[in-house]
Amino acid sequence: MTRELQFRDALREAMIEEMVRDERVFLMGEEVAEYNGAYKVSQGMLEQFGPRRIVDTPISETGFAGLGVGAAMYGLRPIIEFMSWSFCLVAADQIINNAPKMLYMSGGQFGCPIVFRGNNGAGGQLGSTHSWCVESMFATVPGLKVAIPSTPRDAKGLLKAAIRDNDPVFNLESERMLGLGARGDRDFSRYLHGKWAPPSVEEDSDFLIPFGVADVKKEGTDCTIVTAGRPVHFALEAAEHLEKEGINVEVIDCRTYRPLDIETIVRSVKKTNYCVVVDQCWPFASIASEIAMQIYERAMDDLDNKVIRVNNDDVPAAYSFPLEQEMLPHARKICEAVRSAMYVA
Amino acid sequence: MTTVTSGKSMTRASDSLDAAKLLDMLRMMMLIRRFEERTAQSFMQKQIGGFCHIYIGQEATAVGSIFALNPGDPVITAYRDHGHALARGMHPNHCMAEMFGKITGCAKGKGGSMHMFDRAHHMYGGHAIVGGQCPLGVGLAFATMYLGEEKVTVCYLGDGALNQGAFHEAMNLAAIWRLPIIFVVENNSYSMGTHIARGTSMANDLATKAHSYGMHYAECDGMDVLNTYDVFKPLADSVRGSTSKAMGVKEEKGIGPAFVNCKTYRFKGHSMSDPQKYRSKDEVAQFEQKDPINSLVNHLIERNHATQEQIEAMDERAKQIALDAVKFANESPFPGVEELYTDVYSQPFGPYKVGELPIMLRENP
Repeated sequence: MTRELQFRDALREAMIEEMVRDERVFLMGEEVAEYNGAYKVSQGMLEQFGPRRIVDTPISETGFAGLGVGAAMYGLRPIIEFMSWSFCLVAADQIINNAPKMLYMSGGQFGCPIVFRGNNGAGGQLGSTHSWCVESMFATVPGLKVAIPSTPRDAKGLLKAAIRDNDPVFNLESERMLGLGARGDRDFSRYLHGKWAPPSVEEDSDFLIPFGVADVKKEGTDCTIVTAGRPVHFALEAAEHLEKEGINVEVIDCRTYRPLDIETIVRSVKKTNYCVVVDQCWPFASIASEIAMQIYERAMDDLDNKVIRVNNDDVPAAYSFPLEQEMLPHARKICEAVRSAMYVA
Repeated sequence: MTTVTSGKSMTRASDSLDAAKLLDMLRMMMLIRRFEERTAQSFMQKQIGGFCHIYIGQEATAVGSIFALNPGDPVITAYRDHGHALARGMHPNHCMAEMFGKITGCAKGKGGSMHMFDRAHHMYGGHAIVGGQCPLGVGLAFATMYLGEEKVTVCYLGDGALNQGAFHEAMNLAAIWRLPIIFVVENNSYSMGTHIARGTSMANDLATKAHSYGMHYAECDGMDVLNTYDVFKPLADSVRGSTSKAMGVKEEKGIGPAFVNCKTYRFKGHSMSDPQKYRSKDEVAQFEQKDPINSLVNHLIERNHATQEQIEAMDERAKQIALDAVKFANESPFPGVEELYTDVYSQPFGPYKVGELPIMLRENP
């Protein structure tokens, strides 16, 4: 039976299960406790775990992000919530200098088992400063792991794995996805049928999705679409349109960008001979550019055309609804890219 | 909340130190001095690369404060960190070898001068971005409170860090959660070449920094190891094990966090490449009159705790240890290129591999 479970519930289940399992895990961030979470991800957790383990912070990202790193050095396993990844920029020194490099700079003496998580990506008419997509910026940093779930099932499995991981993990969620799944998966995408909800704790308390293992969200034969996070849904929407045109695409969800499961991507490209990479970052030096390059390095001779990238438009995110929607790597752009890749006029 | 302590008006904690302990303090200050002389020399000889910040002149600050701690109290500092590492108990060989970039260094040559870590001695690093260690120190203190441990974290910073956002955010978090942490400003008056009066508001009254966070304030003469100890010993004992109702305890313990203005002076430049145009030779000479090592020597001789011959023998020993450290570093091998890909991840993937612990920890886990 399919569980009716929202994306935000899946994140909460992951955190609760891991906090019950391991006393060293705590959640800290703005409005996570008494307000029950700015986006209700941590609803009820203060009541369950108390103020020692569900900790409200002032608006002080450098302070509490760094606190998390110090606590992790001492052996705790912090979950630090950024209300938005856009706000992490003021904490850059802590999250990209201290967290990922502590193990290396200390010659292996002090690891940093920490999860930074929060909303990533545009789509809520918040304007440019609140609409950052950080995956291209951060997946370049050695020492970090970057997860970017697209379904409640993956959200739970990846976050549980992240909390148990001994390295710093950035978990990139999306406020546009938190409410997805309110009515189960039936009305969402038929391609995800049976792949939507994670098992409950009674069914599997160790439901972990390993990092570096991509998931084929839709099998197909004609063209490979590589993506992750919210754009997985854009790609599946495009797949439905293209199916009507007789084009059967394969949609690969990377699930983690670092590590990247390039083997699964290459295996698919060798089958379809065409490839479109969709990523919600800006195109210059993007995740899409990197994946395209890695495909060329491994499967140049199997390609019947160049790899086509679909990104955010190369402009700041606008406020106005139609402008913002047009900027995203949406289904129409993906359909056009697939047709172009396959020489379909 | 806003007590001012100077160490001079109270019963002196150092009065209860026996001669052996005082001689230990002197031995450590001498070691740091002679070690740093060899560090500077090795830098000039290009055996040490990168940036290199010498601790000479400030020895009493690290020694007076760290000798007032328990062995398990976490210590974290900025980039002028050789003195703290040695005072915390790091073997000079591993400290020097780190600067030489050798596999026998505390961080296997991956960190260098600004990154002295020693897990066995609760030394949580040298950190190179100014002020960046302050939130980390707060995290260490949070962890000890979370685990219910009776500890105090000491977080050192230079006066230049007073103007970084990270410092102020750390002070605020420490205050609202009554964390067991002491922020120690090693106030040598200069952030690189900028005098504190040019860069820091209320530079002549740093108590205002602590008071604005409702935090305990103390100051000490960082050129005087006994005065420094006198301030830190009772303060550390009061801060240690502090708890907070905000974290769910019914009865609060300890006095919460504190801020210490430790007035000191570095006799050398900011780094090895500093021509020191921003201060006069007279000013430096004036502070050299207050040499912290000479002060303690005079104190010991006046009280017949040591003879001149003993002092000279101790100094010879410090010189030998420093020389031995250089020899050890020189004779140690560089890391193999395979070390590039170790210690990037604890749970590695792709080209990365789990590293072995530094030899320092294998000898003293």
